[in-house]
Amino acid sequence: MFLTGIENFLRRQGKPLVAFVSRLGEFSTFVAQAVYNCLTPPFYGRNLLRQILDMGFYSLPVVGLTTIFAGMVIALQSYSGFMRFGAEGAVASVVLISVTRELAPVLSALMVAGRIGAAMAAEIGTMRVTEQIDALTTLSTNPFKYLVTPRIWAGLIVMPVLVLIGDVIGIFGGYVVGVYKLGFNPANYVNSTLQNLQSIDITTGLVKAAVFGFIISLMGCYNGYKSKGGAQGVGTATTNAVVSASILILIFNYVITELFFSK
Amino acid sequence: MSETKIKIRNLHKSFGKKVVLDGVDLDIAKGESLVVIGGSGTGKSVLIKCIQGLLTPETGSILVDDKEVVGIDEQEKEELHSKMGMLFQGGALFDSLLVWENVAFDMLENKKEDKKKAKSEAVRVLRSVGLAPDVADLSPSELSGGMQKRVGLARAIASRPEIIFFDEPTTGLDPIMSDVINDLIIESVKGLGATALTITHDMASARKIADKIAMLYHGKIIWQGTVKEMDKTDNPYVRQFINGCSCGPIKVEV
Ligand SMILES: Nc1ncnc2c1ncn2[C@@H]1O[C@H](COP(=O)(O)OP(=O)(O)OP(=O)(O)O)[C@@H](O)[C@H]1O
Ligand SMILES: [Mg+2]
Repeated sequence: MFLTGIENFLRRQGKPLVAFVSRLGEFSTFVAQAVYNCLTPPFYGRNLLRQILDMGFYSLPVVGLTTIFAGMVIALQSYSGFMRFGAEGAVASVVLISVTRELAPVLSALMVAGRIGAAMAAEIGTMRVTEQIDALTTLSTNPFKYLVTPRIWAGLIVMPVLVLIGDVIGIFGGYVVGVYKLGFNPANYVNSTLQNLQSIDITTGLVKAAVFGFIISLMGCYNGYKSKGGAQGVGTATTNAVVSASILILIFNYVITELFFSK
Repeated sequence: MSETKIKIRNLHKSFGKKVVLDGVDLDIAKGESLVVIGGSGTGKSVLIKCIQGLLTPETGSILVDDKEVVGIDEQEKEELHSKMGMLFQGGALFDSLLVWENVAFDMLENKKEDKKKAKSEAVRVLRSVGLAPDVADLSPSELSGGMQKRVGLARAIASRPEIIFFDEPTTGLDPIMSDVINDLIIESVKGLGATALTITHDMASARKIADKIAMLYHGKIIWQGTVKEMDKTDNPYVRQFINGCSCGPIKVEV
C-alpha cells in the first residue's frame, strides 16, 4: 500500500524530480570546479583587477547610500522605541550592533547582488550563447579560470572591504541623526559607541560579507555559464542569478548568526 | 606524403531525440584542405565542435595525430587546442577586449609575450586579412559583420596553428572580399603547411580552396572526392547541391 503510493508519486513526479536531482548534481559539480580552480594556477590577475574595480569601487556609492540611511533610520527607530523604557542612552550601541552585525552586510550584499550578480550572469551568459566561451577553449584557455575564478576571488575580497566601509558610514548616519536631530551630546555619543565596540560584531559582519560575496559571484557565474537559448535564456539567467543569490544570502545570514551567537 | 592528421570513425552525436551525426567516417591528410558541404542544419558545425572536444559524441572515435580526442581531460585539451585555430560561424569575438587583443589573445595569455610586440604582430595579421591598422583599437561591437568575420579569421591564424577550422568563412562577405579570404585560406594552408577543414555553402569558394570535398547528409558523409571528381559525379545528392536546385532527392524539411 505504502509502496504503491511511492510508486505512484514517482510516476507522477518522476520527471521533475529527476530534473531537480540532475540540476542539483550539476550545481554541485560547478561549485566543486569553482573551488578547485580558485586554488590552482594559472591566475588571471588583470581579470581579477577588473572585477575588483567593477564590484568594489563602482559599488561604493550604492553601498554608501544604503548603509547611511540604514544607520539613520535605526537611530530614529531605536530612540522612539527605547524612550518608552527610558533607555534612550542605548541608541549609540544599538546603531553600532545592528549596523555591523546585520544591516551593513545584508543590505550591501543584496544591493551588490542586484548590481553585480546580474551583470555577471548577463555577461557570461552572452559569452555562452555567442560561443565566446567555446572560443576561449579553442584558444587553449580554461574558461573557468578566465571567467569564473576572478569573479569568485573578487567577491571574497571585495565584499568584506565594502562592508567595513559600510559599517563606518552606517554608524556615521546614526551619529548624524543622534546628534543633530535627537540632540545627543556629540562627545557622549562617540564615547558610548567606542565603549560598546566589540571585535566580535565587526568580525561576524565581515565573515558574513565574505560568504555573501562568494554567493553573489557563484550564482552570477553559474547561471550565466549554464544559460542557453539566446537573448531570452540570458534574461532568465540574470533573473535567476539575482533571486537565488538574494535568497541564499538571507538563509546564510541566519545560519552564520546562529553559529556565532547561539549558546 | 598522405599521413593522416585527423581520423574520424563511426561518430554519433544526438541532442535529445534529434540525431545529428549518425556514423561519420572521415580522414583528413596532413596539409590537406578539406571542404565539408551540406545543407543547413545537417550538423557541420557540430562535427567541427566534436573534433575540438567542445561537444562530446555518444560513440565513435576521433584521432588527431593518432591521439584520441574523445574523453580527454582539461590538460590534454589545452595541448590539443594549442595546435588548432578556429573561425567561428558567428565570429565569437570577445567583446570585452579590443580588436587587437582578440587577435593577440594567444600571444598575450598563453605565450605571455610583450604587449608592444604582440600588438604589432596583431596589426600585421589584421592587415593580411584586409583590415587597416586603425581597426586594431576598436571594440568588436563597432565593426560590421564582415569585418568581424575577418577579425575572427585573423585570430584563428595568428598563432600559426597546425590545424585550422573555418566555419563558413565567406558567408556575409562581398564577392571580392570572399576571394581575398579564399586566397588567405589557401595561403595559410599552403604557407604554414597547415591542415584545414572548412565548412561552406559557397561553391565558388569550395572549388577554390578544396583539395578534397566531402558532403554531409543525414548524419553521414555520403560522398567525397576532388573538385574534378565532383564535377563528373552522377551522385544525385551532390549534383543537386552544386546546382542549387530545389528539385531532387534532397527534400528541404519545413
Ligand atoms: N547545443 C545544441 N543543443 C541542441 N541542439 C543542437 C545544438 N547544437 C546544434 N544542434 C542541432 O544540431 C543540428 C545541426 O546543427 P549545426 O549547427 O551543426 O548545423 P550546420 O550544419 O552547421 O548548419 P548551418 O549551415 O546552418 O550552420 C541542428 O538541427 C541544431 O538544431
Ligand atoms: Mg553551422
